[in-house]
Amino acid sequence: MKKITLAILLLLSVAAQAQEKIAVTTADYSNSSVEMADLMRSEGKIYILVGIVLLIFAGLTAYVIHTDRKVSKLEKLISEK
Amino acid sequence: MRQSWWKILTVGLLLYTLLGGFLMEVPRLPILNETIRALYFHVTMWFGMILMLVVAVIYSVKFLKSNDLKHDDVAIEFTNAAILFGVLGIVTGMLWAKFTWGDYWSGDPKQNASAIGLLMYFAYLVLRGSLSDTQQRGRIAAVYNIFAFAAFIPLIFVLPRLTDSLHPGNGGNPGFNAYDLDAKLRLVFYPAILAWTLLGAWIATVRIRIRRVTRAVEDNMTQP
Repeated sequence: MKKITLAILLLLSVAAQAQEKIAVTTADYSNSSVEMADLMRSEGKIYILVGIVLLIFAGLTAYVIHTDRKVSKLEKLISEK
Repeated sequence: MRQSWWKILTVGLLLYTLLGGFLMEVPRLPILNETIRALYFHVTMWFGMILMLVVAVIYSVKFLKSNDLKHDDVAIEFTNAAILFGVLGIVTGMLWAKFTWGDYWSGDPKQNASAIGLLMYFAYLVLRGSLSDTQQRGRIAAVYNIFAFAAFIPLIFVLPRLTDSLHPGNGGNPGFNAYDLDAKLRLVFYPAILAWTLLGAWIATVRIRIRRVTRAVEDNMTQP
């Protein structure tokens, strides 16, 4: 039991050390001096980009599912023999 | 489609990763700008790779215990998928590095270590390719796989932290956990790890099944 408590305390001290790292604050979310894709957002073009990525994803997914089904058919064929 | 529930989960989580990854709010940080979103795509490749390598190690041990080639199939195909993720990780990392650190390759300890790690796993494939006896190949590859993993983990997690590295969390740099401590990033990051890993597992399982079907066909041909 003592050992477990010691281990937990040690872990906590490690976590406390990690606190020294620079944390992200809420101010970082509204820091308008840093350039982001705001223009794309205001023009709505970010959604076009997301659309393109989704189309590619849909295509890849369909292909993997198609391959999966093909293998299933082969497996059936083998087990019927 | 076999065991389709987790494949549906994979597609759902990936959809969430892409939508959330591109559209949800992220902290506005200098130098990183929008590339901080690569956390959901580049960093998750490495997490996925390591999780798949763990599976490969487990099945390598299982193969050594049982000499059942079914386990060898799992070990090789999960390693294959992990290598694919590793290559994607290193390529995406180079692109990201060009625009945030100024160079595709800065000889950063973690970059070098992951390149060495990938070479170790390429050697695994070469080793397998050079042996024709299936049992012998399985055993030697399994032992190599276990040792490669044991070397890979300190190589990419321990050694870069002992020296200065551009990667977050190494040397004097703040960890990416300083960023992913941020609840909003974590909201996409953790599901993204699961999503990409599941996709890798899906690809691996399909290829495992192809291997088993091929073996069944070959056995049928040799013993009519």
